[in-house]
Amino acid sequence: MEQKSTDYMKLIYSFHEEMLRNDFTLVYEGEITHQITKAFTSLAENNMERMSEDTSIKKKVFHVMVECLQNLSKHSEENDLTKYGGGPAGNGIFIVGKLGETTNQQYHVITGNPIENEKMPELLALLEKINELDKEGLKEFYKRQMREGTLSEKGGAGLGLIDIARKTGEKLEYHFVPVDENNSFFLLRTKISRKQLD
Amino acid sequence: MDVIKIKGTDDTPNVILDAQNNIIEFSGRSLPEDVATFYAPIIEWIAQYAKSPNSKTNVVFKLEYFNTASSKMILDILLKYEEIHKEGHDVMVSWYYQEDDEDMEEACDEYADIVEIPFQKFSY
Repeated sequence: MEQKSTDYMKLIYSFHEEMLRNDFTLVYEGEITHQITKAFTSLAENNMERMSEDTSIKKKVFHVMVECLQNLSKHSEENDLTKYGGGPAGNGIFIVGKLGETTNQQYHVITGNPIENEKMPELLALLEKINELDKEGLKEFYKRQMREGTLSEKGGAGLGLIDIARKTGEKLEYHFVPVDENNSFFLLRTKISRKQLD
Repeated sequence: MDVIKIKGTDDTPNVILDAQNNIIEFSGRSLPEDVATFYAPIIEWIAQYAKSPNSKTNVVFKLEYFNTASSKMILDILLKYEEIHKEGHDVMVSWYYQEDDEDMEEACDEYADIVEIPFQKFSY
């Protein structure tokens, strides 16, 4: 018992160290609700305010966080992975961190959520399409999607990922980790450069 | 016509829809939990207004921030006013953006591209 308790304490300490080493300022695993979205975005706003972060960077980070969190809350709830040892529906992992040297530092917003394999091709096609488009192409794609797309039952307009790519000027980084024969875990990393974007 | 006045919060905009005083205004932030539910009465009000619009309609947007789901609803609102404009009524959109907010200025240009209503933009 004593041993277990010590192991547990060590685990907490190594979590703490890992977070510092990776410059993770926020790590959350669990249900993503609207209240959580509001709390995290205001936390990030306050942190950046304290650091006297540039207004345009603050806006971009806020924007990316909102879209990422809303994607998580809207899409992960379809996927209940408890029976495969994963998280319940509506859950996901959400991380905000910084990476790089101080001269060229970037904010990172990372999300992870379960997805059914049968839904993967559609998402993959969208991600690939977004990454192929340049600034002007993304703008046209967004406008077309806004005109022709309809609001889903959960209030998604299919615009979030396009918008993230537009606002950051970066390619979307993604990865699918196989969970079992029917499910995967979708990871998305968005970078917001602290250097002024064009 | 009924007046709609919604006081803004940190995730929903200030909305004034007042036909009698000829004020139509959206300001603040828009990232409601459920965009469809939030904007449904607004779209409905505009549909009623379209039946007997004022001789001049000025739709004012002074938003600091809106999420992508709201961007779709803003387009739906603008398309309603476009119908009024197409019926031969005088409709104008006044779009305010903070001086250094390029995204908000660009959003104005994009809507002006899609919707056939005259736009004027103002930085503040």
